[in-house]
Amino acid sequence: MNKRSSWALPYFIFLLLFVALPLVLIIIYAFQDGSGHFTFSNITKFFTDGDALGTFALSIEVAIENTLLCFAIGYPAAYILADNKLNRSAVTVVLFILPMWINALMRTLATAELFNMAGIPLGKGTLLFGMCYDYLPFMIYPIYNVLKKMDKSYAEAAQDLGATPSQVFLKVTLPLSMPGVWSGVLMVFMPTVSTFAISEFLTNNKIKLFGTIIQENINNSMWNYGAALSLFMLLIIGVTTLLQGDDHAEQASGGII
Amino acid sequence: MTKKDVIIDIRHLSKSFDGVKVLNDINLYVRKGEFVTFLGPSGCGKTTMLRLIAGFLAPDEGTIELEGKDISGIPPYKRPLNTVFQRYALFPHLDVYDNIAFGLNLQKVPQDEIEKRVKKVLKLVSMSDYEDRDVESLSGGQQQRVAIARALVNQPRVLLLDEPLAALDLKMRKDMQIELKEMHRKLGITFIYVTHDQEEALTLSDTIVVMNEGKIQQIGTPIDIYNEPVNAFVADFIGESNILKGRMMRDRRVAFIKHEFDCVDEGFGEDVPVDVVVRPEDIYFTTDPAKCQFKATVNSCTFKGVHYEMWVDTDTGYELMIQDYDPYPVGSEVMLYIDPDDIQVMKKERTANNYAAKVTGEGKVEFLDTEFACDTTGFETGDEVTATIRFEKVDLLDHEEDADLTGNVVVILYMGDHYHLTVKTEAGENIWVDTNDIWDKGDFVGIKILPEDIKLSKRAAGNE
Amino acid sequence: MKGKKIIANAYIWLLLIVLYAPILFIVVFSFTEAKSLGNWTGFSLDLYKNLFTGSMQNSSGLISAVKNTLLIALVASAVATLLGTIAAIGIYNLKGRKKQTMTFLNNIPIINPDIITGVSLFLLFVFLGISQGYLTVVLAHITFCTPYVVLNVMPKLQQMNPNIYEAALDLGATPSQALRKVLVPALRPGMISGFIMSFTMSLDDFAVTFFTRGTIGLDTLSTYIYTDARKGGLTPELKPLMSIIFLIILVVLLVINIRQSKNTAKQ
Repeated sequence: MNKRSSWALPYFIFLLLFVALPLVLIIIYAFQDGSGHFTFSNITKFFTDGDALGTFALSIEVAIENTLLCFAIGYPAAYILADNKLNRSAVTVVLFILPMWINALMRTLATAELFNMAGIPLGKGTLLFGMCYDYLPFMIYPIYNVLKKMDKSYAEAAQDLGATPSQVFLKVTLPLSMPGVWSGVLMVFMPTVSTFAISEFLTNNKIKLFGTIIQENINNSMWNYGAALSLFMLLIIGVTTLLQGDDHAEQASGGII
Repeated sequence: MTKKDVIIDIRHLSKSFDGVKVLNDINLYVRKGEFVTFLGPSGCGKTTMLRLIAGFLAPDEGTIELEGKDISGIPPYKRPLNTVFQRYALFPHLDVYDNIAFGLNLQKVPQDEIEKRVKKVLKLVSMSDYEDRDVESLSGGQQQRVAIARALVNQPRVLLLDEPLAALDLKMRKDMQIELKEMHRKLGITFIYVTHDQEEALTLSDTIVVMNEGKIQQIGTPIDIYNEPVNAFVADFIGESNILKGRMMRDRRVAFIKHEFDCVDEGFGEDVPVDVVVRPEDIYFTTDPAKCQFKATVNSCTFKGVHYEMWVDTDTGYELMIQDYDPYPVGSEVMLYIDPDDIQVMKKERTANNYAAKVTGEGKVEFLDTEFACDTTGFETGDEVTATIRFEKVDLLDHEEDADLTGNVVVILYMGDHYHLTVKTEAGENIWVDTNDIWDKGDFVGIKILPEDIKLSKRAAGNE
Repeated sequence: MKGKKIIANAYIWLLLIVLYAPILFIVVFSFTEAKSLGNWTGFSLDLYKNLFTGSMQNSSGLISAVKNTLLIALVASAVATLLGTIAAIGIYNLKGRKKQTMTFLNNIPIINPDIITGVSLFLLFVFLGISQGYLTVVLAHITFCTPYVVLNVMPKLQQMNPNIYEAALDLGATPSQALRKVLVPALRPGMISGFIMSFTMSLDDFAVTFFTRGTIGLDTLSTYIYTDARKGGLTPELKPLMSIIFLIILVVLLVINIRQSKNTAKQ
């Protein structure tokens, strides 16, 4: 039955062409000038461009803040949803996932309108809250999944050994749920750091994030500089992914339906 | 036996996976209507044999004939054989009826006949009321019945069963054994059965094929195999036994545990080292000093349900296992005897480790992919020689430092006063070791051989 | 315990209210005819009427955006399901290094933010000189959908009894019959959830489409909304459209999940 392994071949070629090669192209274009000659100028341009550097830093800052906010709000929610004593209804869980399936741009526009109606000026505050709306389900779901599958006897064993409820949580439940937390962090941090349309809508174009700069350069045919900026974003992604280790992508995406 | 009786004839069958030989020159025939069991520890090649017969694997060498026709090149779906898989392999998307009808539907058998045959086979496996049930809602035993029905409904020439009862609990396994035996009797189909459970093999089979390390060790009826094991492996694998080093003094006279006994074996020669097997139920207690052959002290006594299992220390320093219906208190001195009929004498497979070796320099010799220091007086560099190391001269260490090479303990035999171990080296070669130290199966060990314990001898050219 | 439960429930419901506020906002204001969100001019079904009769300004733009969105999602997720299922069977049978490499490559589009996927594919199409339009958008959507199909089919392969394919052969099925009658049915739940995930991801995608649609004026719902919003005024008929989509998704997801939890309860 070994021949079955050759079934991976078409997809392997597909992945090389549509995933690996495009990423290599980002690197190649980043080190080329408009006429295809090798150059470092795109890289040096980024480091001397105060605007781009500032936006880069701001994007990372916003992404970190948003991730922390989602974690602070999402973890208790995931915990409650996963606890049989506190929540017996699977429908509640579905209700949390449901907004993920609604067009994010439309949701964001509606959020911005809500702020407008409430008379809250659009700015960094609304940006953070708006993004938290958008990405909270991505934090809740993986944590919920891990907590739900966790063997109850761990907590019982800890209690049996004399741990108080808060000790049980801090010393057993929380450490064991870390894989879910990491996938949640990954699923919130990555899109936030790279977002572009959403930030424009939520701040009425007052705050530009790094994604917007990439998009503007690509749209204005500055492909090489755009590629260089994308390369920096790839670096952040690479570092974040490496820091978190292996299979979180699978964990996070498995079984949303 | 006439040629007509043979349904499966296997000749010179060999199979390797990634360069490791799993089956090595297997020759075997199966008679029509026979219940044959391939028995052996995991990794002995029994399941590979079954998969080769079923057609899921192709042999590297050799042929498999079914009723006189070579089927080696025929794909599994064209072979008139059916398999009962270990984990049932029922199709989860089909109900009981459709699972059983699967093969018949493919053959385009008319629906009314399918229905008749499915009902009949369901009755055979006592599952008549379960036609519409979802297979995943059935218990393990019920799933196994459906799997058997699914195979039998196609009226195979041979039914292949791959450890079909291994996943069931003990009670269910015993019941299914009786039912399988009954089905075999009723249907008259040839059954080829694979198991690692010696008791199951003894209960079910007409013929048992004991396998180890890709080779057939012994073929025989359950009674033959139990009473007359051909070597220490078979004796140890089938039932409980005392396996002991012995010496054939002359015909019908054998010495072991430093006593001499009458026996019934002949033709070994005089003063020849042998292995001796005595089953624990064949050592008898006596109060008659005239009958007593040797004395011993009971050192443990455990109730095993029907009988007691006792370990005794003989007056000559050996430890033996005895099973008896009456217990003897620990510490008591007992008198024992063994009937000549109950002593099974076996030719020794080997008396020392022998390896093809090469002298690589003054005082240096290479074998087992390792260079050893030893006395090479009388040999030239480049000489092809045989290196001999006695079993008790191989040292096992629990660490790698100082070791010449490493390996894993694969077989442990207790020989009454010491252990006889088979150690497999990383390169897959066996080293046999006699030791008083206690090791566990699977232990990773360092192997050390001292220069003075390696004896070299000339090897005839071309003799590998 | 009782007090804890009340606090817990209050927290959950508060979050849900906040989460759903924007969506409810859209739904509520789909029932008034005012042009901009948040402007209530009395109950009216006019927007729904306009949507279904197509009698609104720029109606052809919105209608073709909806059509494009559905068509692209359908084609991309169908191809992704086929490619991903075959790939999953292949990867499942791979060993060691090769398996790791495939798993790694498969994870890249999942981890990569949309903008990187979009930009990198944009560069690919520029590099290969492929003019961008329907084809490139569909290819791009297949790229980010297929990994999810692989991830959904893989557990089904792992749960599957490895012997059932052989059992089918043993019972006389040819390899292709065994594939159709045994393997595909066993993988079907994974294929279906992979398809649904692909479909919704494709529907929801904005960034990748934005970078790969070229300049032929191809719009999906997302890019339509984006351009519309940048121009300043959202087409009011988007509100009833979104409300309808929301309702469909709500019903589909609730039905799937309720059925699923009933199934698990049965076992």
